[in-house]
Amino acid sequence: MQHDDVIWSVLNGQFCSYKQQKSKTQIFCSNEYNLTGLCDRRSCPLANSQYATVREEKGILYLYMKVVERSHYPKKQWEKIKLHENYIRALKQINEHLIYWPRFIRHKCKQRLTKLTQYIIRTRRLMLKKTAKQELVPIKKKAERRERRHEEKAFVAANIDRAIENELLERLKKGTYGDTYTFPVNAISMDEEDEEVESDEDEEEKEKEQESEEEIEYVEDFDESDAEDMEDMGDEEELIKSIPSSKKRSLEIEYEPAVEIPVRGAERAGIIYCYATRDSVADDWHVDKLEFKGSSQSQRFLFYDRALRRTSSSTEKLE
Amino acid sequence: MVRRKKDSDSNDNDKRPIHRKQSKKITNDDDEESSTRTPSGTLQVRNKMVRQLLYAKLKRSKSKSKLKERKARQQSDEPREEPKTIEKKRLRDETWVDENDQETLDDISNDELNNYFTRQADSTEPKLLLTSQEGFPTSFTNKFLKELARILPNTTYFQRRHHPIKRIIKKMNKLGYTDLLVVNEDHGKPCTLYISHLPEGPTMKFRLTNARLSKQLRSNRGKSCAKLTVRPEIILNNFNTRIGIRVGRLLAALFPHDPQYKGRHIITFHNQRDFVFFRHHMYLFKNEKKVALQELGPRFTLKLKSIQHGTFDALYGEYEWIHKPKHKMDTERTKFFL
Repeated sequence: MQHDDVIWSVLNGQFCSYKQQKSKTQIFCSNEYNLTGLCDRRSCPLANSQYATVREEKGILYLYMKVVERSHYPKKQWEKIKLHENYIRALKQINEHLIYWPRFIRHKCKQRLTKLTQYIIRTRRLMLKKTAKQELVPIKKKAERRERRHEEKAFVAANIDRAIENELLERLKKGTYGDTYTFPVNAISMDEEDEEVESDEDEEEKEKEQESEEEIEYVEDFDESDAEDMEDMGDEEELIKSIPSSKKRSLEIEYEPAVEIPVRGAERAGIIYCYATRDSVADDWHVDKLEFKGSSQSQRFLFYDRALRRTSSSTEKLE
Repeated sequence: MVRRKKDSDSNDNDKRPIHRKQSKKITNDDDEESSTRTPSGTLQVRNKMVRQLLYAKLKRSKSKSKLKERKARQQSDEPREEPKTIEKKRLRDETWVDENDQETLDDISNDELNNYFTRQADSTEPKLLLTSQEGFPTSFTNKFLKELARILPNTTYFQRRHHPIKRIIKKMNKLGYTDLLVVNEDHGKPCTLYISHLPEGPTMKFRLTNARLSKQLRSNRGKSCAKLTVRPEIILNNFNTRIGIRVGRLLAALFPHDPQYKGRHIITFHNQRDFVFFRHHMYLFKNEKKVALQELGPRFTLKLKSIQHGTFDALYGEYEWIHKPKHKMDTERTKFFL
């Protein structure tokens, strides 16, 4: 026989394990089946033999009902009824099941239903958001620190640039690049041969050049230093023989083969490149182009071009 | 406490006021010199100045003897020992593969990336799609992604917004893409890279660290990298084990066939101690023995975290290999997986 009042006087007066008095004004009840959450004569699930609640489990709402007739079956005490997903239909369900029940319980059950549906909607919305999807994984400081250090050490050990260079050179050797790159194989011996050949040519050509250069003085006006250069020409003969042959150019710029005459004046030094052709072996050489390049300059200056010369009677021509 | 080796020869007995005693007992005779012997035999000098002097002397004598030994070693004709590096001490892996291991070659000829390597007609040039994680990428990651899109040939940068990856993959299969790259970030910096080879290829998750934009590289002098219109050459260094080969093939399959040598661009994936360093250079052969390299383009480091069979399916996919520090995969310094 359920003596609700007796139970209540004991729980209220002496001790109830579900009673939580966290604030001065309100006493809360931590019993899961409590309808309002407060420790109250009407809300206490232990002190009321006829009681009902609405509870949520994994997003589905259930109506729990407790009746005096089952009070001696603790296992079967609570009747669990699944409520409809639709809010309005669920309300109707509550009204049906709790018909003739005290108004307080019915009202509170419906209030609780409202609150819980709102809560469910909110959780659903949150779960769809980015923050909920991201799984937060804690950063292990020690592991991080170690990995960073390992990476630094690995980087030092790797010596990446050198590895890449070696790999590229290997590929070059294997021949994957084919004919794209050609390097002179025996650079030194080639030069010696060239020297011998060129020195012979030089002697032939320089005689012609001298004459042509004297003419050039009238044709073009160039730097003042060149005038002095011309005077030094006589001594150049000996110099030319001992000069090493054409300097190696860098891969990018290509020039036609020319005779180089190093030249030095008071203010600057440089090289005169002389291009000459002849119609046949028996013919005389004639100069086609003369270019000057100062030693500190990167480009050559064309200062005589045979094609541009004036055909006037005052100047002597070379044939 | 000054520790003295009992058998050392370099002690200056005349300067030390204390006699060496064979017995280990503390006797009262030592008290007057303000030092005692502890039971373990070490000398304990109470006076700090004296103690410090003794210690300094000991250290000097030690370094002297070391120097002597070193000189003797150098002058002798003994063969020099090889310096011990971690690479040399690396634990022999069963999965370490020789160049022409038949089993490996057989397995490789049947894997998902085979289509690319045998140049079958149905596998066209690789077409990559690059995205970020859900939401909007932060500024640095954004720049990084755009740079990657410029460097990796035939790549489109696709804004992720909220699209789930599986849906993206479905669409990509229809449109004929071959690879999906997803860059996740943490605290404003890119932190993870997923590479998923599309038809049914493996998905690999890498940890991305030390990402640098081309602007940040000193050799580039503050300029950003232009779009790569030339097919670059690829270098894959040190992918030695079975897992390493798998990773290497996946990385190689991101790039089109037939590099254009005249372009002189080179992209390197260099594996060292399980860290894969990505570099992008332009090279120039100065002569037969010298190459000049200029680093363009972004650089970053990758570390393999997991290999999953099939396209991206984090929950239900079959994982071939996962790096699990909890299960003590990290305990040995000399053990590497790639």
